[in-house]
Amino acid sequence: MDAHIRTLLTVICEAALEKKLVVDLEQLGAPGWTISDARGRGGRGVRSAGWDTEGNIRVEIICTRDIAERIAGHLQARYYANYAMVCYLAQVEVLRAEKF
Amino acid sequence: MSLDPVVLFFVFGLLAGLLKSELKLPPALYETLSIILLLAIGLHGGVELAEQASWQLLGQAAWVLGLGVALPLLAFAVLRGLGFDRVNAAAVAAHYGSVSAGTFAVVVAYMLAKGIEFESYMPLFVAILEIPAILVGILLAKGIARDTDWGELGREIFLGKSIMLLLGGLIIGAIAGKEAIKPLEPFYTSMFKPVLALFLLEMGLIASGQLGSLKQFGLRLLGFALLMPLFGALIGALLGRFMGLSLGGTAVLATLAASASYIAVPAALRLALPEANPSLSLTASLGITFPFNIIVGIPLYLMLAEQLMAWGL
Repeated sequence: MDAHIRTLLTVICEAALEKKLVVDLEQLGAPGWTISDARGRGGRGVRSAGWDTEGNIRVEIICTRDIAERIAGHLQARYYANYAMVCYLAQVEVLRAEKF
Repeated sequence: MSLDPVVLFFVFGLLAGLLKSELKLPPALYETLSIILLLAIGLHGGVELAEQASWQLLGQAAWVLGLGVALPLLAFAVLRGLGFDRVNAAAVAAHYGSVSAGTFAVVVAYMLAKGIEFESYMPLFVAILEIPAILVGILLAKGIARDTDWGELGREIFLGKSIMLLLGGLIIGAIAGKEAIKPLEPFYTSMFKPVLALFLLEMGLIASGQLGSLKQFGLRLLGFALLMPLFGALIGALLGRFMGLSLGGTAVLATLAASASYIAVPAALRLALPEANPSLSLTASLGITFPFNIIVGIPLYLMLAEQLMAWGL
């Protein structure tokens, strides 16, 4: 099997940010992403998803290290202060390097 | 004073939530119910609007728009007086200047149950009242700051779910007219109350969740969330009398002025005013004011309207 190393950037944040985030990702050159609904608990209390403004989403982006860092830096500068958001990077192996 | 059974559904949800019951409605059902309610309210208003459109109505709409600007200003002054910081005071004020379509649905059901007539184009006022407070709130918080993306904000406000459904319903109703709408009438006749009952059950569950965070904010917020609806209702009722509305219409307008938004405004402000603490506003509007209005407020506002009329106002 011919595997290639890429970076998986996972962002967990308020559902209210989804539209803005998608615009940002497009501009910063993310090759693609997957968004799913999420709930949980963190520094800003329980995010139960019981109400429109109380839901979370999880965004997963597989891309090169460069782009992942650029996106993470942008998110930190723009959203960390006022929104519930965490993001983390991990190394993953993918089969088709040209896709990511 | 006997409670309407639909309100008992709310109390039931509230208790079940407070007892930490396993009871939970699927989120998609809540979405569906609120869509049906908003469409039903819009349709009914639209049908009547087509019959009663007049220049006088345009004048009334302008007054209601003014009410939507005045209420958040008043709320802001009260909140600042209570010692809330500027941004949070502005955010909460935006919620209280705007309206709750859920509360409107309950007052409509209440009037129907009591057999009290009211101007049936009221849903138009719901749509009008929803918007200005959001803009006033943002201006109060940060003036005309450059970093506000007004285009995006406009989309969020005018194309928001509740406004779209209300206006869509109003327009379809107005185009169709009374005869053609007959097959759809169950939306706002026989179907209305069962849907409202389920909706309120879910609202009770949600409100109980909000009550938990009340401890965090204390008596100031509780006091505001109970007093502001009374102020609002008084102003709304006086305006209703001034505009020459019927007894029912005056009570409905008072209820609208007393109600606080928990759908359109939180969504818009989360993006436009991220510094504001969203749970402060939601605890007040959803946890306190909404239950207060539907259990105690609405009958009270009807009495207020009766009293004003008795005084010849």
